[in-house]
Amino acid sequence: MAEITLKGLAHSYLPQPTSPGDYAIREMDHVWQQGGAYALLGPSGCGKSTLLNIISGLLEPSSGEVLFDGERVNSLPPEARNIAQVFQFPVVYDTMTVYDNLAFPLRNVGTPAGRVHERVLEVADVLELTAQLKRKAKNLTADEKQKVSMGRGLVRDDVSAILFDEPLTVIDPQLKWKLRRKLKEIHRRFNITMVYVTHDQLEASTFADKIAVMYEGQVVQFGTPRELFEAPNHTFVGYFIGSPGMNFLEVALRDGRVVSGAVSLSVAPAVHRAVAEARSTNLKLGIRPEFVEVHPAPVEDAMEARVEDVQDLGTYAIVQLRLGEIALKARVEEDEPLPEERAWLRFPVERLGLYVDEFRVEIPHE
Amino acid sequence: MTRSMPTTPDAVRKQAAAADARRRREARPVSRQWRRRGLMAAYILFVLLPIYWLLNMSFQSNSEILGALTLWPQDFTLEHYTRILTDSSWYMGYVNSIAYVVMNMLISISVALPAAYAFSRYRFIGDKHLFFWLLTNLMAPPAVFLLPYFQLYYTVGLFDTHVAVALAHCLFNIPLAVWILEGFMSGVPKEIDETAFIDGYSFPRFFVKIFIPMISSGIGVTLFFLFMFSWVELLLASTLTSTGAQPIGSVMTQTKGASGIDWGTLSAAGVLTILPGIIVVYFVRNHIAKGFALGRT
Amino acid sequence: MNDKLYNNRAWWLILPMLLLVAFSAIIPLMTVVNYSVQDVFDAHTRFFTGTEWFRETLNDPALQAALLRQFAFSLTVLAIEVPLGISIALLMPRKGWQASAVLILVTMPLLIPWNVVGSIWQIFTRGDIGLMGWGLRELGYGYNITRSAADAWGTIILMDVWHWTPLIALLCYSGLRAIPDAYYQAARIDRASRWAVFRYIQLPKLTNVLVIGVLLRFMHSFMIYAEPFVLTGGGPGSSTTFLSQTLTTMAIGQQDLGPSAAFSIIYFLIILLVCWIFYTAIMNLQKDKQNKGA
Repeated sequence: MAEITLKGLAHSYLPQPTSPGDYAIREMDHVWQQGGAYALLGPSGCGKSTLLNIISGLLEPSSGEVLFDGERVNSLPPEARNIAQVFQFPVVYDTMTVYDNLAFPLRNVGTPAGRVHERVLEVADVLELTAQLKRKAKNLTADEKQKVSMGRGLVRDDVSAILFDEPLTVIDPQLKWKLRRKLKEIHRRFNITMVYVTHDQLEASTFADKIAVMYEGQVVQFGTPRELFEAPNHTFVGYFIGSPGMNFLEVALRDGRVVSGAVSLSVAPAVHRAVAEARSTNLKLGIRPEFVEVHPAPVEDAMEARVEDVQDLGTYAIVQLRLGEIALKARVEEDEPLPEERAWLRFPVERLGLYVDEFRVEIPHE
Repeated sequence: MTRSMPTTPDAVRKQAAAADARRRREARPVSRQWRRRGLMAAYILFVLLPIYWLLNMSFQSNSEILGALTLWPQDFTLEHYTRILTDSSWYMGYVNSIAYVVMNMLISISVALPAAYAFSRYRFIGDKHLFFWLLTNLMAPPAVFLLPYFQLYYTVGLFDTHVAVALAHCLFNIPLAVWILEGFMSGVPKEIDETAFIDGYSFPRFFVKIFIPMISSGIGVTLFFLFMFSWVELLLASTLTSTGAQPIGSVMTQTKGASGIDWGTLSAAGVLTILPGIIVVYFVRNHIAKGFALGRT
Repeated sequence: MNDKLYNNRAWWLILPMLLLVAFSAIIPLMTVVNYSVQDVFDAHTRFFTGTEWFRETLNDPALQAALLRQFAFSLTVLAIEVPLGISIALLMPRKGWQASAVLILVTMPLLIPWNVVGSIWQIFTRGDIGLMGWGLRELGYGYNITRSAADAWGTIILMDVWHWTPLIALLCYSGLRAIPDAYYQAARIDRASRWAVFRYIQLPKLTNVLVIGVLLRFMHSFMIYAEPFVLTGGGPGSSTTFLSQTLTTMAIGQQDLGPSAAFSIIYFLIILLVCWIFYTAIMNLQKDKQNKGA
């Protein structure tokens, strides 16, 4: 059981890194608390695999510290760190039975046979592998194999964390949700820190209590799935989370009005004030498609936009709009009226975010 | 070891594994590292020693060879090599060997490619039995076929020609080629064929333009094996030839002259038979590691 | 494999290959069968003898002895070469110029013509001019392969190990290279010992290539001819005369066409039997593989 702390951690694959671009992980501080279910989410190339390998101990970070319960483990190899790992492609010992696979980590350290038996049965029961115990691991399906490789981590009492490296890549789609639920259940039962690396936001948000979104070697936001959705604190998180991603409008203050390109926006005074106070020229207003108010007829304080396309997805529709030159997307639920050629939009102030140099600043509202 | 920025998760995993292996090697006790290297060096020494001795002999004059034993040539001479390279009865042996080996490689690979494709892609009447029968030819001891081959090739007028040996070596080389190629071809997803046919490729065009490039490393490995087994075989090759197409191996038996065996020339000839092999291995060295599993790991 | 298309037109693709192999295999084999049931005096006089030659061959003590020697030889070299080849494969460097260099050096013996292999060892082991023969005598061991059957045997086995261990080593080396890193990492996380890694990860992944290796080695050792012929000429006495040499002497040297043909067929059948056992083993392995994928 352990709390994993990353302190001033940075890593580069080059022997002499010069520019920030040479770093796979840029200097970061982070804490994974004992017993949490975490996801490490990001597009490929963002450094999440590198970070996972640093935690597991295969890579030694270029600088900074990895602490397990306050103890520095930078140079300890994986076997000395008491972590378990589930790989992208299932790793099982083909020639052994499921029982022997699960018993393997215990037998390697000379655990008495009685204790081994007890633990194996217990873990097999949780993982629903009891019926397969006598079978050769070679003949299992991919999802059963992943369960076995997870089980090898669970049988040990001394495992402080289980790391998952995109574990559902080779699992059939209809089995994925089942296995995800199983993971969640195991997490509740065993009180083990779990870190789950994925590029799939749905996987991340169903598994994890808190998600760390990585972008260009840094954790840009660490929060619950809801926080990531409602208040992404970096434009990247806005783009990456949600489907479709967040709308961003580059804004500026001209002649006392908030404008985006040639369009003058009608926004609440609080937004106006926030834009006026910002000290940068890189300003963006962000709003989720879910929160854009779309009216089929003119309403007060609304902006008129052209409807370019409507994608009907059953319970809701995605409407592509053009406000002046700016492309926007909005989500309209099935019980709401769909606009035809024209639409009138409103941006509710409590749903708007102002991004200064790509980072979110809070807009005070009552 | 290249150190660069990995961009895909796979590349990250590879780099991590490599970094870990490096650290682990460095952390290993020095005694164990040296034990590994020592054992490997001992084996390499075992491989090289007889070859070195052959090389040593080939540069000594016959009087030095038969005199006191010397660990390296005291009286360095190229006379044996000169003799082989200027005497047509000697160097024609090499030409003959290379001629039938190349002919055999061409024949074998060109009939084996379509056959291997058929075995890897289709089921048909008698496919399994046919495949098994093919493999049995791989097991046929050349000694069994010695006499019938002699009679057969004599009857059809091919005796003492390169074609005769090239055809005789087809006995084991074609089955070998089919077997190796089938392994590589089965590794190519069938969807590739289907897509190509949907795109309007005719079978021959698909085979030459798309399929063959895809298994090029497999073809390379197959050619390597074909060369190897045709080059090293002697029993059939020497039985089916007399003077016109005699392989170097049987020319070497002529060194038993009136004054006993001409050790120096025998050694030089031996050294020259090793060279083509080394050249071939050098070219395929980067594929051997993968190729030797014959597409079957 | 199960989703292969059923199409008898595939025979057209097989046909050229079939014609060539048939020419090199079936016609000669028919000749052998023909001889094995006849007594041939000259081109025009021959008698049908039925199974007589087969009975005679099976009861010939010289042939029985050669057969026993052959099995002893094949099993001995397999028993040495397989473990040795695996060990070499484990020791071979994986990266850098050393890997290429070792690979080329290890492969070298495989590409030397078989009679030259015999010559190399003849030169190497002669008491007067050979390093090994001279060295052993200097060390006080009365080494002589033309007199002592034990010396001759030892030398032939050493030569075969020298010649063919590389095949097993290279097969295993490529098998080992195909194991993904994740397996080794998982084993370490599970705190497996070096032996456990070998036993449960490396060895299982080597079974496929090892079956191929053992099969090839069995076949070739069973047909061995040129190397002992050059090195010992089958002697001293007939202590290193194996099946191929016995057969060649009978067929070419003594022109005993009938018995040698019968012998050929028995010889071939033994190899086929062993081959069939291996073939079934390989097929079963592949079946297991498919089950895994299902």
